[in-house]
Amino acid sequence: MTDASTAVRTRPPLWRDVRALSWAYQLAVLGGVLALLFWLYRNVQATSDQIGIPVGFDFLDQPSAFTIPGNSLRTSQPVSDALWQGLGNTIRVSFVGIVLATILGTLIGIARLSSNWLLSTAARLYVEVLRNLPLLVIIFVTYSAIVLPVFPPIEDAWIVGDLAVFSNRGNGLPWFEGSGWAVIGVALLAAAGAWASARWRRSVSDRTGELARTGAWAIPAFFVVAVALWLAFGLEITLPERQGRIISGGIGVGPEYLALLLALSLYTASHIAEIVRASIQSVHRGQNEAASALALSGFQRMWYVVLPQAMRIAIPPVGNQYANLMKNSSLGAVISYFELTTVTRTTVGNGSPAVPAFLLALAIYLVVSLVISAFVNLANRRMRLVER
Amino acid sequence: MTAPDRASPLPAVVRSGAIAWARRNLFKNVTDTIVTLVFAPVLLFALWRAARYVFITGRWTIVRENLKLFVVGRYPADDVWYVAMGLIVFATLAGLIAGTVHARAAAAAENPHTPGVAERVRDLAGRLWAGLVAVLLMLALAKTVTPWLVALAALAAGVVARMIGARLGPRALVPVLVTTVVVSGVMVWVLTIPVGWDEWGGLMLTMFLAVVSIGLCFPIGVVAALGRRSKLPIIRAISTGYIELFRGVPLFVLLLMANVALGFFLPPSWPLPSTVVRAIVVFTLFTSAYVAEIVRGGLQSLPRGQTEAGQALGMSPPRVTLFIVLPQALRNVIPALVGQFISLFKDTVLAGAAMGLLDILSVAEAITQQEQFRGQQLIAETLAFVALVFWAGSYTMSNESQRLEKKLGVGER
Repeated sequence: MTDASTAVRTRPPLWRDVRALSWAYQLAVLGGVLALLFWLYRNVQATSDQIGIPVGFDFLDQPSAFTIPGNSLRTSQPVSDALWQGLGNTIRVSFVGIVLATILGTLIGIARLSSNWLLSTAARLYVEVLRNLPLLVIIFVTYSAIVLPVFPPIEDAWIVGDLAVFSNRGNGLPWFEGSGWAVIGVALLAAAGAWASARWRRSVSDRTGELARTGAWAIPAFFVVAVALWLAFGLEITLPERQGRIISGGIGVGPEYLALLLALSLYTASHIAEIVRASIQSVHRGQNEAASALALSGFQRMWYVVLPQAMRIAIPPVGNQYANLMKNSSLGAVISYFELTTVTRTTVGNGSPAVPAFLLALAIYLVVSLVISAFVNLANRRMRLVER
Repeated sequence: MTAPDRASPLPAVVRSGAIAWARRNLFKNVTDTIVTLVFAPVLLFALWRAARYVFITGRWTIVRENLKLFVVGRYPADDVWYVAMGLIVFATLAGLIAGTVHARAAAAAENPHTPGVAERVRDLAGRLWAGLVAVLLMLALAKTVTPWLVALAALAAGVVARMIGARLGPRALVPVLVTTVVVSGVMVWVLTIPVGWDEWGGLMLTMFLAVVSIGLCFPIGVVAALGRRSKLPIIRAISTGYIELFRGVPLFVLLLMANVALGFFLPPSWPLPSTVVRAIVVFTLFTSAYVAEIVRGGLQSLPRGQTEAGQALGMSPPRVTLFIVLPQALRNVIPALVGQFISLFKDTVLAGAAMGLLDILSVAEAITQQEQFRGQQLIAETLAFVALVFWAGSYTMSNESQRLEKKLGVGER
């Protein structure tokens, strides 16, 4: 028998030491995973060698050998340019889709709780129908049953003044001359101006107690900055024009884009509506009653009291829906909307090596997802209830 | 209608249920009235158009002619009785499970309530009406009497099996579940006798993909969730990496990649896996990441005291996890898991679009190109049929999961 002090000092033998065992176990698992990855890598190499396809990312510098409807890609431009334009199209449809789905989803979520039976039933019907259909079915419906039949063939396109052209081969809207980057830069600077003015109003409100009215300041500020920059840089507007069977000038909005945008917004709105409804219901009833007691109107109760508190609960799941919408935009491939997936698929069909090309596309989607969730986390942190 | 009697001491509103209801729910104040007056014509118009489409303008011949393709795809017509047999077997198994689960619930309840036959039928019809409508519609479109006979046989088998299951009692649940897995496996093998599963199609393929994938992704998801909650840093990092990688990428791109590039990841000497296997691999890997997050939520919702109580009883860590933590955590997340199953059920159509399998949605597209229907713009009709099938399935499942949620009292304790 050993006494207590030596028992503490002697360590158990290695094969019974919990710490040693747990590290051995972890290293074994790690080794297994690394071996699996290495095995997969070796297989890719061996199979590619056998078929005679090079592994690696050299294909990015090869000429793309295809064009993208509505974009400026030339066949001589490298594959990497095609991927950039595809990513641009993914972001174009996702961003607008997120904005539309948020507005529509919030309205429907509120309508779901309306005391008006007709309104709440209609909202419930919308949610129950859209939420229970596969997105792909909705995309096919918006494309071949809504967008294509509604717009006329190119021969008798609707031409609104000289401003816009609508047809089922594409729609032209007025847009800025030159690259998209200039437009994005102006929009970002204008947004910064709007943000600064809203911040200033808030600080004035904190100091003096007068109403902040951030909206009444920020929205005009956005347009003032945008117009000033526009005049300063001399951006010009081009108008769309029908030339035979194609539309030139302006910004092209193809039927594929419209159908995908419509489907993504309608589908995601049904999910957001459920989140908004549940969040509103989870706001304590006393809040609404207190607002009533202060004689706030129905709109004021919702806008100033209930929605800000509901938002706190809704932000994380709604952020998930935003990421889902972006990932779902890959379904644009089934109606040939040239977003990242369609571009990848096309370039693989043209002879680019499949494994690196698809891994690259997956990595890009992953990065965009992470960026979206970083924004959502930021919003979440700002909205979080500050407790003592 | 008579004018309200002003001398009556009773308030006039009480007299008519409908008018009182309308006052309360449609015309409570000025805003409500305006909303009602604006919305009612719009909704009535939409309903009228929908009804006119279903009963008058819709050209449903294309669905009627291709019903077999929608349900079983290109399964040889002479061998369809294999599918009928499979349906009856699966109905029997479902009935057995339902019966034993019911027996278990009845044994656990303090004062079991045994409803009569009429009540039971009413209850079932209220819960499953959407699915029933879809099945009845398909039967109504059938051109021969055989589908009716098969449906009735399956129904009868299910009902009888449920009675037997209820007799077997609560302790039979585990043997019944094991039997179900074994018999289902054998049945799938039997179904591949006439044609391999790459030749399957329609609703049958959709169900097969969904059920097999959910069955496979469940254990992987549980392991990944436990790994992410582990105290060992490397295990946690690997699990987290797996979960976040698969949750951050679109399923459709994974399917496209598996279709053209899965062969690259295997040694050149190995045979290429069949399309259905590829689809199942992708669905399983993808969905298990989502299942892992759901299970992790369940694990986190469990109070620490449960684990500590287990340890105090001298149980080893694996036994604590297996017999104390997991059963409670999984019970809490059953509704969320059903939600994930619904997503997977809807996502199976992606396999058709990405890999060229003839699932029910691909059938809807393909048949509009048949000689007798080409150029007639019939895609709206076929899509409407597919949409109804998916809607009925998902709606029924989500209703059932909400009922389950209430019954389990999730979030109430």
